[in-house]
Amino acid sequence: MTTTPTTTVPHVNRPREVEADAAKDDSQLRQKQMISGHFEKLATAKEDGRKVAYTFVPGNLTELMLALDMLPVLPEINALQSGMRKLSGNYITEAEKLGHSEDVCTYVKCDIGMMKSGNIGPTGTKLPSPDILLLSYTGCFTFMKWFELLKQEYDCPVTMLHVPYQGDGHITPEMRSYVVGQLEREVIPALEKAAGKKLDLDRLSELLERSRRAEDDLVAVWESAQHRPSPIDGYFGGVYYIGPIFSAFRGTQDAIDYYRMLRGEVEERIRKGQGPVTPDGDATEEKYRLVVEGPPNWTNFFDFWRMFSREGATVVSSTYTRVGGLYDTGFRHDPKDPLGTLADYCLGCYTNLNLPMRTKLLASYIEKYQADGFLINSVKSCNSFSAGQLLMLRELERKTGVPGGFIESDLVDPRYFGKANIENRVQSYLQMLEARKTRASA
Amino acid sequence: MKVVVGVDLGSTTTKAVLLDEQRRIVGRGITNSRSNYEVACAVAREEALTASRFTMLERELVRRASELGGDPMAREAALREAFRLETYLEQLGELHEELERVLKSLSFISDRGKLSPAIRDVVDTMRTEAPKLFDGAGGRKSDFFRDLAGSGYMAAAEVVSSASHGAVGYERLTSVFDRAILDVETRLKSRDFGVLLRKAALRLTAEDGSAAGRALLEAVEFAAGQPIDEMSFVGTGYGRQTLPFPKQAVKSEILCHGRGAHRVFPGTRTVLDIGGQDTKAIQVDDSGVVTSFQMNDRCAAGCGRYLGYIADELNLGLHELGPLALGAERTVKVNSTCTVFAGAELRERLGLGERREDILAGLHRSIMLRAMSLLARSGGIDNEFTFTGGVCKNPMATKVLRELVDENYSKDVVLNAHADSIYMGALGAALFGVDDLEAGRPAILPTFVEKVRAGAAAAPAE
Amino acid sequence: MSHAEVAPNPQDPALPVLERARRLVDDLRFGEVSRWKERNPGKLAIGYMPIYVPRPLLEGIGCLPVAVFGGGDQVDIIKGDSFYQSYICHIPRSTLELALNGSLDSLDGMLFPSICDVIRNLSGMWQMLFPEKYASYVDLPQNFDPELGGRFYVLDLQRILRDLEARGAAKYDPERLRAAIRAENSRRAALAELDLLRVKEPFRVRASEAYLVARTGGVLETAEHERFVREFVAAARERAPRVYDNVRVLVRGSFCEQPPLGLIKTLESAGCDIVDDDFQLGLRYIEGDIECGPSDDPLVALSNAFLRRGQATASRYIGDEEKGAALVKSVREVEADGVIFAAASFCDPALLDQPMLETALDRAKIPHTSLKFAENTGQFQVIREQAGAFSDAVKLWGSAA
Repeated sequence: MTTTPTTTVPHVNRPREVEADAAKDDSQLRQKQMISGHFEKLATAKEDGRKVAYTFVPGNLTELMLALDMLPVLPEINALQSGMRKLSGNYITEAEKLGHSEDVCTYVKCDIGMMKSGNIGPTGTKLPSPDILLLSYTGCFTFMKWFELLKQEYDCPVTMLHVPYQGDGHITPEMRSYVVGQLEREVIPALEKAAGKKLDLDRLSELLERSRRAEDDLVAVWESAQHRPSPIDGYFGGVYYIGPIFSAFRGTQDAIDYYRMLRGEVEERIRKGQGPVTPDGDATEEKYRLVVEGPPNWTNFFDFWRMFSREGATVVSSTYTRVGGLYDTGFRHDPKDPLGTLADYCLGCYTNLNLPMRTKLLASYIEKYQADGFLINSVKSCNSFSAGQLLMLRELERKTGVPGGFIESDLVDPRYFGKANIENRVQSYLQMLEARKTRASA
Repeated sequence: MKVVVGVDLGSTTTKAVLLDEQRRIVGRGITNSRSNYEVACAVAREEALTASRFTMLERELVRRASELGGDPMAREAALREAFRLETYLEQLGELHEELERVLKSLSFISDRGKLSPAIRDVVDTMRTEAPKLFDGAGGRKSDFFRDLAGSGYMAAAEVVSSASHGAVGYERLTSVFDRAILDVETRLKSRDFGVLLRKAALRLTAEDGSAAGRALLEAVEFAAGQPIDEMSFVGTGYGRQTLPFPKQAVKSEILCHGRGAHRVFPGTRTVLDIGGQDTKAIQVDDSGVVTSFQMNDRCAAGCGRYLGYIADELNLGLHELGPLALGAERTVKVNSTCTVFAGAELRERLGLGERREDILAGLHRSIMLRAMSLLARSGGIDNEFTFTGGVCKNPMATKVLRELVDENYSKDVVLNAHADSIYMGALGAALFGVDDLEAGRPAILPTFVEKVRAGAAAAPAE
Repeated sequence: MSHAEVAPNPQDPALPVLERARRLVDDLRFGEVSRWKERNPGKLAIGYMPIYVPRPLLEGIGCLPVAVFGGGDQVDIIKGDSFYQSYICHIPRSTLELALNGSLDSLDGMLFPSICDVIRNLSGMWQMLFPEKYASYVDLPQNFDPELGGRFYVLDLQRILRDLEARGAAKYDPERLRAAIRAENSRRAALAELDLLRVKEPFRVRASEAYLVARTGGVLETAEHERFVREFVAAARERAPRVYDNVRVLVRGSFCEQPPLGLIKTLESAGCDIVDDDFQLGLRYIEGDIECGPSDDPLVALSNAFLRRGQATASRYIGDEEKGAALVKSVREVEADGVIFAAASFCDPALLDQPMLETALDRAKIPHTSLKFAENTGQFQVIREQAGAFSDAVKLWGSAA
């Protein structure tokens, strides 16, 4: 359902002034090294005796896996990478040939198609089979089916963590103790068995402390968008920023270093009065400030981005970049209560919030980041996101008085990216914002 | 005269509207989009320019009404018909040339010697018959040359063929026509408005030196001779991305439709536009600025194309669907608005013995239900409510829409549907063009239009 | 309905009860619920979406649980469609349409059990659209350990009790809940008898009839529904046996959005005796009795029944057991010849489950075919042909090949 790309921007044209932008490239290079290092470890995991867990981005228990020296593989990220590398179309067709319905989530079909085609990962090497499937059922029903399907393919145990949904808009003690209980009695024993070692709670706490530090810097990066012009794009650019922390690196020194470096670069851009980096280099003007709800399309990611960047539209905040952890409303991992904090983390992921909460969060972003408008990209694959978005649109317009736009695409199914249609809607929407602005100032 | 041009490149038709500096409509043009937006854009603009000269002519005739005597509007109408006749005759000449060219290009034919004079006879007959088409008595069924020439040619060919006692076959004659007409239709010939109008005027008024006759010819000279300056240009519509318009000269059709509808019906707050490819629900404020909009998603269910598909299924013309559906005794519940399933559902219901009219009533209702959902999505229906786009010409669609508005909103909502609503997008575009002009940043129609006119651009058939 | 229906036989002993069932099921304005409220002033009627909520819990505090299955094929969707993209199933649209056109006004609240993300999100939409009504998501546990999922479930049931009590329901009394459980068990036994009759003598009971009879349970009190079911079973036994040459099939995948009755009848007229199905699974979700002794905690009893006896349906996570094993077992038990998967378009649970179930059936060499529908599907010709071909193939060669 949800995710983030983890390699560095593959097709972004490098801006002309290489010197001036060297600082920005540092964090990107750093991320690239981190990711490729991780895939190198995965490539030799079996020979090195490392254990591998497949798991999902929302509600990922990275610190727990790392504390047991396990290597995480995130099928959602593999799927979106396949989308960006234009492989997803064939993978999806492959899965549909095997009997998977055209109606269902294309991440699942892309993953299954990839597996059936040799399980070659984003860096071109074969991914190791899982030693355990860690099914963190957080905010997405399809996750359960996905790992039921994978279980048929792999001869390995599955451990399931049911994270209750915030149906009434808050985390109750009952939910928390349910999650902690599952961690204690089922998930951790299953992971220990697969890892062949006992969990050291002190080590887990150390990892959680490092998570907290990286999270502080990430929040500072998000909040930099309050400046005019915003030094970041909090959606198209944002999906790169969440790379390390939503995948295999939360709790590592690498993550701390990366976010510290990124924060420094962003602060430097503010000092220089620079806008965000776009696929065509530095943004030249900030004409519209937008908030975006919903995942991006990956098969035409750069086409999609340019529809905004070339019109001077910067996304100042987005909800998609909160699927693997919502930190800007105050949550931080707490080393003093390792299991409780993991429970709070899972329960608080964006997709685990009910619709009134999601609407409220979006309204707060619109206000906090002084957005001119908000846009919903509704993806066919993901009912967790999409069902109800049209009501959110209506409510947000009513609450904030800011106009909303609505476009439809898909995550990784190229058949559902109608470029002309989407471009038409985006342009119409931006022109409407401009017409309203002109009228307001007249 | 100074004019501002708005062009709406729709998926089915391309429209042009010219406004003068007082934002009055002075000319309109429409043509098939022919999957070639360059030609379509040039043709529509040309037609609008011609229309604007008639506007000038009309204004001049009104101004000189006392010298001319009689009803200036009737006179203008007669001139317009005569002008059309002259244009038609000129086109006939082009057709004849093309027929000869086709004839020459055919190799291995033995009857060329017989065909050429026969074709000349056919064209001559058409020339003789032509005035009857343009006598203002409604003798023609279409304004498109292809249709007029087609039926005229067939009729004349029959006469010529039977007069030859089998020496020249009817089929031989028509096959040459079929090959020639495409090129004639898509080749864009520049016409001299002045020459044609002068000829037209002379048809109505002999050069008798009378004051009235002189005044008429002077008015014609005035309309033909006045320069028309295109001051500003804005393009919109489905095809706008495919043409090399400067960025500032391109406006989204949502904004244009909203503004155009608001201009025609100034009370408009909600606009529903159902075109061939998409359906739009638009909300505008009291000055015609769009405040919110929704478009149908990627599936074309409930658009004009869906009706076209149903018409094909039933072997009917698109324009026949609405009137037929009005004859329904009851409304069959039809649930598939999916174009793919609608045909199957239609056949199944026909198979069950349902009346065609009743099923059609159900189909219309199901389309309008989709439109109602889209309207609800965009913020509902506010008074006044304006219905535009090709489907608004369908009387059943309008009737069902009225009923649904009554059921779901209020009987007090004013529902505007205008015969000319197809021009709303181009009108809105032109209004944006006037804005640009007043703001001192007008864009000019790109030069490719001139190139198309000069025949440089390819002009493939539909 | 426009599909050709066979005229009812006036001599049929089951006709009166079927006609009453049809009236109850077709009444999308829930007149029966309004009448119940008139008879029971001050009491609450609580609606719930498929698949399963523990109805005795509601009856135990004096509420009428009302099953809401969308609007079928008889509602014009205007407002409902305005909330949903084209790639979302149909039931939430028609359900919202009913709510917005006043058809659900007699309901004081709605429960949304966890079946998929669409219905889950509908709970939040309900909270936003109808703030004056009670609307709550019921996150049925996917962990089936009594100490974990069971404990959480009991606590969640207590939350619902507190919520409803605050809105005027009777105070929770374990004795009344035990009584409600007994009534539920008794009704369940009646439904089991109906199911058995279908399996043993399918010529006596059409699936479309059993469907109507079961569905009336969505608006009736348990005891009344039990009488209704027993009345029908008794009448069906009176029917003269007929010779038939149909194949015996199971239908799976229609547990939430319901196929139009015309579709069920189409399958039957194409030569398929539906001897088992998962239409409106709710009432039969717990297999067998809810075990609850006189001194047992009835909330724990409800929880244990869910954990241990809940059916292996698509919205329920299957961890250690083999996927599809339960389906193969059902096929054997009812001696079916094959399985028809009938899923609603865009139904994530059913469609994601289906390939796994098909694999299990293939391994067990059980023929199967699949189709998709929407609750308002209006054409059955293609389905008729498909089901006819399937039944012929099974009859001739014992497989769908």
